[in-house]
Amino acid sequence: MTNKNEFDVIIVGGGITGAGTARDCAMRGLKVLLIERHDIATGATGRNHGLLHSGARYAVTDRESATECIEENKILRKIARHCVDDTSGFFITLPEDDLAYQAKFVESCLAAGIQADIIDPKEAIRLEPSVNPTLIGAVRVPDGSVDPFRLCAANMLDAKLHGAKVLVYTEVESFIMEGDTVLGVRTVDQRTGEKAEYRAAVTVNAAGIWGHHIASLAGVNIGMFPAKGALLIFAHRVNSIVINRCRKPANADILVPGDTVCVIGTTSTRVPYEECDHMHVTPEEVDLLLTEGAKLAPVLENTRILRAYAGVRPLVSADNDPSGRNISRGIVCLDHEVRDGVKGFVSITGGKLMTYRLMAEQAADAVCKKLHVNQVCKTAVTPLPGSATGSVEEVSRKLWSVPVTVQKAAAGRSGDWAEKIAMDHPMDRSLVCECEEVSVGEAEMAIRDLDVHNLTDLRRRTRVGMGTCQAELCACRAAGLLAKAHGCADRARADLKDFMNERWKGMYPVAWGETLREGEFTQWIYKAVLGL
Amino acid sequence: MNDHKFEQCIKCTICTAYCPVVAVNPLYPGPKQAGPDGERFRIKNKFFFDENLKYCMNCKRCEVACPSGVNIADIIHSARMRYGHQKPNLRDMILASTDLMGVMARPVAPVVNAVAGSKAGKWAMDTFLGVDQHRTFPKYQFKGFVGWFKREMEASQASYPRQIAFFHGCSTEYQHPEVGKAFVQVMNALGFGVQLLDEECCGVAMISNAMWKQAKQHARHNVAAFEKAVDAGLPVVTTASTCTFTMRDEYPHILGVDNAKVRSSIVLVEKFIHDLVDKGKVKLVFRKDYKARMAYHIPCHMEKLGWSIFTKNLLQMIPGADLTVLGSGCCGIAGTYGFKKENYAYSQAIGQPVFDEIARVNPEFVVSECDTCKWQIEMSTGYAVKNPILILSEALDLEATAKANCVNG
Repeated sequence: MTNKNEFDVIIVGGGITGAGTARDCAMRGLKVLLIERHDIATGATGRNHGLLHSGARYAVTDRESATECIEENKILRKIARHCVDDTSGFFITLPEDDLAYQAKFVESCLAAGIQADIIDPKEAIRLEPSVNPTLIGAVRVPDGSVDPFRLCAANMLDAKLHGAKVLVYTEVESFIMEGDTVLGVRTVDQRTGEKAEYRAAVTVNAAGIWGHHIASLAGVNIGMFPAKGALLIFAHRVNSIVINRCRKPANADILVPGDTVCVIGTTSTRVPYEECDHMHVTPEEVDLLLTEGAKLAPVLENTRILRAYAGVRPLVSADNDPSGRNISRGIVCLDHEVRDGVKGFVSITGGKLMTYRLMAEQAADAVCKKLHVNQVCKTAVTPLPGSATGSVEEVSRKLWSVPVTVQKAAAGRSGDWAEKIAMDHPMDRSLVCECEEVSVGEAEMAIRDLDVHNLTDLRRRTRVGMGTCQAELCACRAAGLLAKAHGCADRARADLKDFMNERWKGMYPVAWGETLREGEFTQWIYKAVLGL
Repeated sequence: MNDHKFEQCIKCTICTAYCPVVAVNPLYPGPKQAGPDGERFRIKNKFFFDENLKYCMNCKRCEVACPSGVNIADIIHSARMRYGHQKPNLRDMILASTDLMGVMARPVAPVVNAVAGSKAGKWAMDTFLGVDQHRTFPKYQFKGFVGWFKREMEASQASYPRQIAFFHGCSTEYQHPEVGKAFVQVMNALGFGVQLLDEECCGVAMISNAMWKQAKQHARHNVAAFEKAVDAGLPVVTTASTCTFTMRDEYPHILGVDNAKVRSSIVLVEKFIHDLVDKGKVKLVFRKDYKARMAYHIPCHMEKLGWSIFTKNLLQMIPGADLTVLGSGCCGIAGTYGFKKENYAYSQAIGQPVFDEIARVNPEFVVSECDTCKWQIEMSTGYAVKNPILILSEALDLEATAKANCVNG
């Protein structure tokens, strides 16, 4: 394999599934190319709760998914420590719910291997003061929160550290096919328009909901069921323990504390496939999320909302379920040679953020089988870059004698990879993003190590612009760093405009109260003061 | 969780622009960062608490500047109370226990003053305690205010038609009894009898030095005493701006001690008299021979109370007063803050613009309601600083005022 455009395996899709598959294949010694048409984690990977499921949510309705969840839950706590927050979770029963469901729920959890302890409602209030005080039942399960951006970036980084090549902003236009065999892909660079060809013995379709389109390019049909889920982000954590409703999965029944914020969601509605690239949150969805959310934690009614967003679940159609709630979250790994007679082509879809590693393992197993490579999967026991040391406290104390907030925040996000962040010069430690405590050094590390090409990419890697002011103060500073890194001010200026518009898109559906004031103030700064 | 309204912050950063500390001390993250921004991290994990929050002087200028109504300094001090590991050392406890130190120092006041004022004493305090040797300690008085009042004044107070309760505070008792004496003379001339309260130190220095438990005890004690007075129909009148502000706002906001029943009855004497004059309830007769050029330094907590206008108006009623109101700025002392060796340089750097302006104006003396401002300005500029009530007592023709108010003294 002397040609630089020839690989063992090409993975299409830079979400968590693609990143995990790239990591797994690279760790098994394969020559890997990953192609993503936008940035990493732009699809469903970055548009969910960030819930580290215990599996309890699916225990009653989907035993297989529940078991997968709890096993992966235990693995992620070890291999992705810096992405996981061990908050634990409650399943609460409200007066309007059937308390009899609780017994069935606990029984199903235990059968699936999920620890589930019934606790006194008073004890639940003591442990989580924000919980609806009228609750009549509570069960404690090992839920947590997981940062999907970080998890995806860490998988991508580890894939690269194991020799994988990653091409972002590169779209697959067509497959190179010979008869019924996929030999590789023809791509176009989204930024330059440059075309290229890459060849590999196996191509993996890990494009999530867009896998439908990728499969069709090879003449294969996968019946995807695009189920939209909308969520709201609140400006700070109102809860420190995940709060779920103890009933059959329904709308807006999970409140997850993630990083500095908390997230309520979701809704579930089928959307036409063509709309998957243009998700908008409707006023009805906002109303529903707020009304139902306040039943979990009444304080949400008076808590500032930062933004609204929506993602599309890559479910695989099974029956005529109009909402998609009853479709299994199980993993679908398709060898198209067996299924459709197309050789050298595998699709990995269905599943969840929680089970990405297992999905990747199954996909990599399928690839290895095709390549007759006999290597075992090591992703379940090998920590991701950043997760070798332990908690944020341990990392901070290991790296710095008296860590200040900006260092602690960096360690919280990057784990022990924070070692690679320059902190010596006062300029390195000075803040780009004040709300999220992101330093110049951390932003420069992301630009250097984590495939950052624009402000939105930088946001996904570092949380720049994800805080209370929604990029009002940091966007200009970050644009300055990117202009320096890329040597182009015009490009950074255009990027700045796109970034601010993207931030406003999420604020618009919830633009009232303080969020509207913030938006007005931001507009004043950028229009009146900076003349943009 | 939303007690201090930190979510109303729209990150305009005006608070940080007005923070006197952030301008001189790079270790301090500034009010926005330490307050509403840091709070989101601390809620997530208390590990994100930053010990550098101790550099906040609690001057409250951030809150005065905030256009969004965020109680920034309250957020910072509540965080110190909830998450801080700072334990007061011996020096902090000595500095914060203003009343206890007064009680102990008074019987041996000449010795304490001599030692505290001597080079050797200052060196020892600097070396062994961490009290900066450049500091001049206020002198303890051998005879306090309360003793004088009980001996000479208490018996006659019941004869006045109207009554008030007087919260004198520590420095009036131990260092500046002349302020208390002036207060009683003026109030008597206006027809008010003065009653003392069963008071304890307001506790502000304890709040600054992380002695939360003691501060709460003092707060509860004082609120109980005030409730008794208010139930008896007496307003609680004060002469010290920081005590007043602490008892009105810090008790409920930081210490969580409910003062709702008495808060509006706690009032600084300048506002109290101004309101009476304004409503035509008392008359002030000034001496014709009084003449003075004075400069008014508005203490930070007067800015927070929003009451400096009353002092200014009152002083301008004095025919012979040539008053300059100094630009708004912190003198840098912030109670016990500036006494600490590690803060001394910051303290003086913060105050420098104030000292420079005083030197430019070159008044006969400076006016200020705050005793620690007084100590700082006197030490740093050489100009004497007087409490406004002292100036009133000197400028008023007390006998004529008493007559005008139909007081038969």
